[in-house]
Amino acid sequence: MPSYVIAEKCDGCMGREKTACMYICPHDLMALDPATRKGYNQEPEQCWECYNCVKICPQQAIEVRAYADFAPLGGSVIPMMASDSIMWTVKFRNGNLKRFKFPVRTVPAGSVDIFADGAQADLAKIKQPGFYSHHARGDELPVPPPLKS
Amino acid sequence: MEPKSNSWEFCEKPEIVVHETDLLVIGGGMAACGAVFEADRWATPQGLRITMVDKAATDRSGAVAQGLSAINTYLGENPVDEYVRYVRKDLMGIIREDLVYDLGRLVDDSVHLFEEWGLPVWKTAEDGKSLDGATGKRSAPLLKDGGKPVRSGRWQIMINGESYKVIVAEAAKRALENNRQATGMAQNHFERVFVVKLLTDANDPKRIAGAVGFSVREKKLYVFKCKSALLVAGGCVNVFKTRSTGEGQGRAWFPVWNSGSTYAMAAEVGAELTMMENRFVPARFKDGYGPVGAWFLLFKAKATNALGEDYTETNKEEARKHYGDYVDSMGTCMRNHLMIMDMKAGKGPIKIHTDVAMKKLAETMTPKEIKHLEAEAWEDFLDMTIAQAGVWAANNMEPEKVPSELMPSEPYLLGSHAGCAGIWVSGPEDFGPAEYHWGYNRMTTVKGLFTAGDGVGASGHKFSSGSHAEGRLAGKNMVAFLMDHKDTPAFKEDAEDLAKEVFMPMETWGKYSKYSTDPNINPHYIRPQMLQKRLQKCMDEYAGGVSTWYMSSASLLDEGFKYLDLIKEDSLHMCAENLHELLRAWENYHRVLAAEAHARHMRFREETRYPGYYYRGDHLAIDDENWKCFVNSVYDRQTKTWNVFKRPYHQLVS
Repeated sequence: MPSYVIAEKCDGCMGREKTACMYICPHDLMALDPATRKGYNQEPEQCWECYNCVKICPQQAIEVRAYADFAPLGGSVIPMMASDSIMWTVKFRNGNLKRFKFPVRTVPAGSVDIFADGAQADLAKIKQPGFYSHHARGDELPVPPPLKS
Repeated sequence: MEPKSNSWEFCEKPEIVVHETDLLVIGGGMAACGAVFEADRWATPQGLRITMVDKAATDRSGAVAQGLSAINTYLGENPVDEYVRYVRKDLMGIIREDLVYDLGRLVDDSVHLFEEWGLPVWKTAEDGKSLDGATGKRSAPLLKDGGKPVRSGRWQIMINGESYKVIVAEAAKRALENNRQATGMAQNHFERVFVVKLLTDANDPKRIAGAVGFSVREKKLYVFKCKSALLVAGGCVNVFKTRSTGEGQGRAWFPVWNSGSTYAMAAEVGAELTMMENRFVPARFKDGYGPVGAWFLLFKAKATNALGEDYTETNKEEARKHYGDYVDSMGTCMRNHLMIMDMKAGKGPIKIHTDVAMKKLAETMTPKEIKHLEAEAWEDFLDMTIAQAGVWAANNMEPEKVPSELMPSEPYLLGSHAGCAGIWVSGPEDFGPAEYHWGYNRMTTVKGLFTAGDGVGASGHKFSSGSHAEGRLAGKNMVAFLMDHKDTPAFKEDAEDLAKEVFMPMETWGKYSKYSTDPNINPHYIRPQMLQKRLQKCMDEYAGGVSTWYMSSASLLDEGFKYLDLIKEDSLHMCAENLHELLRAWENYHRVLAAEAHARHMRFREETRYPGYYYRGDHLAIDDENWKCFVNSVYDRQTKTWNVFKRPYHQLVS
């Protein structure tokens, strides 16, 4: 089912560098209505319910209503992103609630160091099997043993 | 229908942006991110330029956009030849063992990087209890230093993977930025630019020279000139009618944005495809398509028919009549087949007894441990198929208390999961038969054009980690190609003509949409959404979709080709009201070609190699004598015809 935007909460990301939901949707579904300056899902039957718009919205203005062609009304699944974890609230149609919290990353966003290994590629080995890192470590890579006939 | 033309009378001409680079990466998923990371190390010191073009935002693009709860390929203590045997068994005996072995010996290096970059990997503590990835990082060694993962199966490890793609994308973006600064390019990472067509050298039509695409945000045509290209635009979803046809059609198991671009663009430049008859039909929780792997493997849940019978046992001997010993190796398709037998016999619903599994596990647990277990079970969905949690919440179903229905989905084309459709590529540097080797590892039969992940055929079960590793392999070998090929290829196509072709659907809209009072009903064009529905209906009814329980045959396919040819013709009559619809138009143009490749291959392979994925009703058995081989094809874009043929399978691992 599609994501939907709560009219009262959406501010169209005015004053922000980019419209968050539009920026992140992998399927180019979120759009900004030029008249109301609010976001909306322009093609709900193409929505994967990946929740990326929900997670990124700075106003918590986006939620998901499960696909109407097979899911009954009344349930909800709502995330709350923090820098290193995510909190989920699952509300059942009958009102039962479940809450879960899971880690999402152990290195702060923006501080991934891809050169931490200090290794360089050895151009003389470019046609040998393995990655630059295997060469740097001197790893020996196995090959399939000959087949017994 | 009169052919359409574009004279810019009804559509404003776009700005044309020309970008020159050495190594062009088309796509932004796991394979693309792996490629730019590895290529940076080799290319940047030599001043070679790397450019990545993604149709979405790289933080959340590709099949891992939503997150994942497991990494399905981590060898760890397992020998590589065992991995090859597992993949071969699951894919019914025909795989490129050189490619699979090569991937198996390299993949762990990518997983170790993910953990260093901040992906939380569950660990097994000394007392045998599982620790989540954050606790694990604090109190247990890293995988590369001997830390013990939590294995849900022999090859699978559990992760807290909500931000998996964001982490991998950050590393890729760092590599791109490193390359950009060193080479002085103004920009080398394009987001929201959809590449629709590859371009080959004017003098050598079998050599890659560039690609063309457009921005889905601004009216701009992008012409990329390159010396080498990596085509990693994912698999193909929504070629078959979906089980849920309303809003829920977006709830595909594989991401809906995988539109067959990899296969279609490769086919159009004459790259040899392989095993395009293969498909994947995941049996998953009904409607939500949430993952069952952890439930089956980690929590040991059992599935039965409505009579309480284990269909993988009760239907075995009947299945053996057609499939012999293949029944015992129980590949993913065979498991489907045994389930489908009961479904067709009215013995459904098939249910997975998650409740029983949980009760059994809880017997020896403290209440706190039970709570932890419940969270682990829910995380499996919340990390990667949140919609499944939504379906359960809406139906008042708690999987720890009640069983859930399983259902085999509509078919998907892919090369990274339990399927092996894709492109034929050159094998590893140091072993394998000469026939599988014509130069650079993971290069297609088009010079300078490489692929990885869902793009590489005949070698499934790479999953996210393997796709990243395979992207790295391709990235490194593209640099090797560039070091040997210093000349600059040039395509003959004129940018102005390309612009006309790419934006034609918008001209069509401008020209005709006012003709009728409702632009949705108009005799001059077809909207991309409707073309997709036509394709889905055709494939469903003739090429073995859900409506026929995956049944097809030569006569059905031949009938279907008549419709498919007309769909292909009409794909040039699609309209686009705006850039978003232009994206859909080109995605569906790609879908049609990918679907045709699939159907042509199905028609050629006269056996039922993958029962449970699809059936040739006229050849219901597996025929090893004639068909234990690859089916490959080359498409001729001029004549719009396919040359389909056999390639031999060579066994490398006992």
